[in-house]
Amino acid sequence: MSIMSPEKYWWKPADLQEKIWITIAMLWCLVLTIMMFGWHFFGTQNPSIEPLKITPENYRTVSEAFIAKYKVGEEAGIPIVAPPDGADVYLRAQMWNWTPILKLKKGVNYKFHISSVDLMHGFSLMPIVMNFQIVPGHDNILNMTPTSTGTFHILCNEFCGIGHHTMIGKIIVI
Amino acid sequence: MSNELDVRTCPITGKKVFKNAQNLIWINAVTAVVFILIGGIMAFTVAMTRWPAVHLLSADMFYRFLTAHGFNMLIFWIVFFEIAGLYFGSAVLLNSRLAAPRLAWFAYILMLVGAIIVDIMIFTGKATVMFTSYVPLKADPLYYVGVILFAVGALIGCAIFFGTLAVAKAEKTYEGSVPLVTFGLSAAAIIAVWTLACGAIIYIPTFLWSIGLIQNLDAAMYRLIFWGLGHASQQINVTAMVSVWYLLATLTVGAKPVNEKICRSAFVLYILFINLAPEHHLLTDPTLSPWHKMVNTSYMMYLAVLASMIHALAIPMTAEVAQRKKGYTKGMFEWLTKAPWNEPGFPAMIFSLILFGFIGGITGVTYGTEQLSIKSHNTWALTGHYHGTVVGGTTLAFMGLTYYVIPLIFRRNLIGKKWATAQVYIYAIGITLLTIGMGGAGTLGSPRRHWDVTFADAIIPFSFDPTVILFTTIAAIGGLIAVTGGAIYVGVSVLSVFFGRKLAPNEAKLL
Repeated sequence: MSIMSPEKYWWKPADLQEKIWITIAMLWCLVLTIMMFGWHFFGTQNPSIEPLKITPENYRTVSEAFIAKYKVGEEAGIPIVAPPDGADVYLRAQMWNWTPILKLKKGVNYKFHISSVDLMHGFSLMPIVMNFQIVPGHDNILNMTPTSTGTFHILCNEFCGIGHHTMIGKIIVI
Repeated sequence: MSNELDVRTCPITGKKVFKNAQNLIWINAVTAVVFILIGGIMAFTVAMTRWPAVHLLSADMFYRFLTAHGFNMLIFWIVFFEIAGLYFGSAVLLNSRLAAPRLAWFAYILMLVGAIIVDIMIFTGKATVMFTSYVPLKADPLYYVGVILFAVGALIGCAIFFGTLAVAKAEKTYEGSVPLVTFGLSAAAIIAVWTLACGAIIYIPTFLWSIGLIQNLDAAMYRLIFWGLGHASQQINVTAMVSVWYLLATLTVGAKPVNEKICRSAFVLYILFINLAPEHHLLTDPTLSPWHKMVNTSYMMYLAVLASMIHALAIPMTAEVAQRKKGYTKGMFEWLTKAPWNEPGFPAMIFSLILFGFIGGITGVTYGTEQLSIKSHNTWALTGHYHGTVVGGTTLAFMGLTYYVIPLIFRRNLIGKKWATAQVYIYAIGITLLTIGMGGAGTLGSPRRHWDVTFADAIIPFSFDPTVILFTTIAAIGGLIAVTGGAIYVGVSVLSVFFGRKLAPNEAKLL
């Protein structure tokens, strides 16, 4: 009975079946442990590997400069920006939009700098479903290469106040 | 309280039950049920709002009620029940008096006051910050005070558990080692101390920040330490739930642990490794280095997973061995088909095990890898994961146990055993649909904590693949079924506790 004290000497060797089960489970855990390193070093899709702090004020300044430099139009009051090949791209999360709308080229590598100037936000790229936590005071640096053309949307999937569900951004790949 | 050292002998288990422990178990368990009622009503409104066809609440109320749902269910319902469980596992199972009962009442009052403050703040709209209350999203300072009071109360509850273990040992109320259930609950209590310490480390500066004494609180630092509380409190639930599985196996089929060494070693693995897992919340954050992530997601997590794998073998094994000893030896599965499926405890244990392991556990381990976290982070699939673990697993196990605690500790006859049994099945079906719906919609990108997945008010138009709406509907219907099951649970347990026939002192009637 698991509600009664066990017999005096309860430290007994495991049964064969128990040993088999535990050995298999342990081996599988070991395989997965090794895979954790394998996926990182031999895979090509990892989250940010360059931690960088940046104050919300500084981030706003650099992202505004980025927008002013490469702005090509406007949609629903949000600037559309077409950065040159290989440029550093700044995508600002704020209550409640993603600024700017980006126009990128297929097959070109961009270095994304995503940060927030107010609350925590969640970057969720649709329809391919890639999600990153966007933390004010920290720059989420991601190397991304668009592999297909079309319109992509960015949802916010971290609660950021009453307008959270209206927060949508856009990336156009040509 | 002149009669607080009154004692009776349980006619079923032969254990000595002290009045002071009995009263405290009663009050904590009854309070837990009150909070599951509040959380359940919130669950109904939240599910009905996520369902686009109904879309019940306004955005403001939705986020408010969602915060309330999270806090009342994840913290108030479960922790009050766990404190009752800790007092049961120490005082009752060890035939001992409860150490420092006055302090235990003080702890209870702290927790209750804290919980009431938090709920008032949430319902008046002063703390619409979700369960996580991520800095720099600010709530009313009183909200943090409420959380701190509750955590201090719970911490004192853990201290009383350890105190009772010491009293029982000093007064030699049992012989040899403590029972397995008590051992498992000790593991849960040890994890709880670590968890609540994280809570203190993060909520105290956050409170100071909310009243303006601290200017800057790093948002990433908050996330790191918060999850030491937020996720680690779920590890307490896991450990307590596994202990309850062993308890239910004993209460329903008279099971005895096959190998005490293996079961206890697995609990030790939980203590040593499970608390390092919460960092997986930060896998897509811009803060941790890759090595940090790899080490955390690999061996740290897998040694805790191994412990769960051991319990996954040991629990059905104890039940099978007990059933076979009763003569159910035909074929591979007669032990299972002839199990007491018409009582609430056995199906509660089996469904809890399946939902926890196959839905909650497998999704948890997969989403907890560095790369797959990119696919699942903050989507509704995550919500599906922990509704598998905490709701399908922990809550269902606790519900099953309640029906046995009523006759055993409260000495009342259970009213509506058939309803109680049906409730377990209804709840399990509801949670299965709910988690499948959440998982499906989330895998396609549906975000968590979201008022309107049709994006009617968005500046830039966007709409999901219709499959997302289909899965959302499945989840909402599952939610409705689960809420129905939850309502039956509250009904049966409240009626039994207050109006059930009082059992005679020597009446050995369980269900």
